[in-house]
Amino acid sequence: MTKKMIVGIGVTGLAVAAGAAGLRRRRHSSDRDGEAATRWNVVTIQRPPADVVHDQHLPEPLAALNGLIDVRWSIAPGGRGTELRARPHTDGRDEDDDELRGAVRVALRESKQLLEVGHVLTNHPQPEGRRPHTPAGAIVDALVRRSPEEGVL
Amino acid sequence: MKALCWTGINKLKIENVDEPTILDPGDAIVKVTLSASCGSDLHLLGGYVPGMRAGDILGHEFMGEIVATGSGVQHRRVGDRVVVCSFMSCGQCWYCRNELTSLCDNTNPHPGLGEGLFGASTGGCFGYSQITGGFAGSHATYVRVPHIDTGAFLIPDGVSDEQAVFASDAVPTGWMGADLGGVKPGDVVAVWGAGGVGQMAARAAMLLGAEKVIVIDRLPERLEQVRTVIGAETLDYSSTEVMAELRERTGGRGPDVAIEAVGMEAHSQRPDYLYDKVKTMLKLETDRPTAVREAIMAARKGGSVFVLGVFGGLVDKFPLGAVMNKGLTLRSGQQHGHRYIPMLLERIAAGEISTGHLATHVMPLEEAPRGYEMFKTKQDGCVRAVFRP
Ligand SMILES: NC(=O)c1ccc[n+]([C@@H]2O[C@H](COP(=O)([O-])OP(=O)(O)OC[C@H]3O[C@@H](n4cnc5c(N)ncnc54)[C@H](O)[C@@H]3O)[C@@H](O)[C@H]2O)c1
Ligand SMILES: [Zn+2]
Ligand SMILES: [Zn+2]
Repeated sequence: MTKKMIVGIGVTGLAVAAGAAGLRRRRHSSDRDGEAATRWNVVTIQRPPADVVHDQHLPEPLAALNGLIDVRWSIAPGGRGTELRARPHTDGRDEDDDELRGAVRVALRESKQLLEVGHVLTNHPQPEGRRPHTPAGAIVDALVRRSPEEGVL
Repeated sequence: MKALCWTGINKLKIENVDEPTILDPGDAIVKVTLSASCGSDLHLLGGYVPGMRAGDILGHEFMGEIVATGSGVQHRRVGDRVVVCSFMSCGQCWYCRNELTSLCDNTNPHPGLGEGLFGASTGGCFGYSQITGGFAGSHATYVRVPHIDTGAFLIPDGVSDEQAVFASDAVPTGWMGADLGGVKPGDVVAVWGAGGVGQMAARAAMLLGAEKVIVIDRLPERLEQVRTVIGAETLDYSSTEVMAELRERTGGRGPDVAIEAVGMEAHSQRPDYLYDKVKTMLKLETDRPTAVREAIMAARKGGSVFVLGVFGGLVDKFPLGAVMNKGLTLRSGQQHGHRYIPMLLERIAAGEISTGHLATHVMPLEEAPRGYEMFKTKQDGCVRAVFRP
């Protein structure tokens, strides 16, 4: 989380602060979670394991991180398809790699959409009114930009 | 094209914007015939829902005509006259397959925001802040509709535009409150709020067999609509003590199902209102839950409370003790319209649900800022301002 985003919390109020805090907690999760660097990020995909990992081929977004991450999968309980998990290689470090962690989240979310829907939904470009440069606007823009890489996934 | 944009807290403006294009294979472009204001927009307008960006196009309750489709669209075609659910559903994820479509996993391109605020993200919604995906809304000449196959419903002949538009949001929302609130034949149901959502919840409760339905508000013209169009009883909270009156009218038990259709800007004459106002001003609390508290305190032992009103953050003085000790079931949610809309359109066509009366002020889109002002201040008996691009 950049300084700008933290400064901005006062501007847009408590609710955004709560959201930003959620994001920030994740970024510095190693502070309170001794196992942060080895945690798996997981999505449940409404497809059987054979569709998720076909002939040892990972879904494209995860395959693109080949060599940098570990990937595992298992059957989800209750007919919910497959639990697909991934995490950055730790290489013996106990610090989490924030950037790679973000890329893992994006790859998992995209893999899920590709498998369930067939494409990744976009919302850009789309019509919009004038976007003036304001401090509050900059915070929202920054949070939006980071939102696929962040969160509790 | 013209579009109504949010430009800052309590500021709206008609701006010239680009026309939308097909971005994904499941998309369609809909030429908007009617697009309505909703109580949820008031929370955005007032800055109560975080994640609004100046330039965002508002509007999520709409109907119109499909004018273009993406390469993957199978069930809808150009020329279809459709009403579109305000929330988006991919149709494939576990939530969509289990009729919890507003919780869709695959329609919100900004998942980290909801995950940070709520622990998980909702699905996408038109014109409803960056938190629900930042999608351009329907207060415009054209709107892009992702997943048109699951999200757009053919309007039966004989159902007018003014009737159909509310099948997008207000009608399924109200129906969900009564249905998932567990209304059954013989029940006594109380509904807080006589806006479009509360009226539709009351009608749904009646159709699901409730023997007595009581709608609570203070605006005389809305209470009049409840009595004459919906056919339910009314209670004016500005002149009656709600708890005492409800106890008297429910044989001392309290309502079996209490449906809250007011939301985070509730108004009240009770002392806690002032407390909430001060706390929200100081940002020690984000939402004012007056009607939720009242619904929880009023509900009968073992009854259920359904919160339809939108809340964005944290509330104070939440009567958890009453929920626990009275053994209440508490449910809530953004509307899962996809499961109800076809059935609701049939009921509208059959005359079982009246909706057209909600469109008290139909006006050209250019007048939308004035329309919102009327809707917000409830001037001239405005129940919903509806815009014609
Ligand atoms: N769950 C969903 O998917 C969903 C969908 C649409 C709308 N909503 C929400 O439902 C709520 C109602 O929407 P609407 O379009 O009918 O809004 P509206 O503003 O037209 O109506 C709200 C009504 O509540 C009344 N009210 C205020 N304080 C009250 C109190 N203490 N007791 C009783 N009544 C009180 C107002 O006088 C008004 O008539 C809003 O919070 C909106 O955001 C939720
Ligand atoms: Zn709405
Ligand atoms: Zn879905």
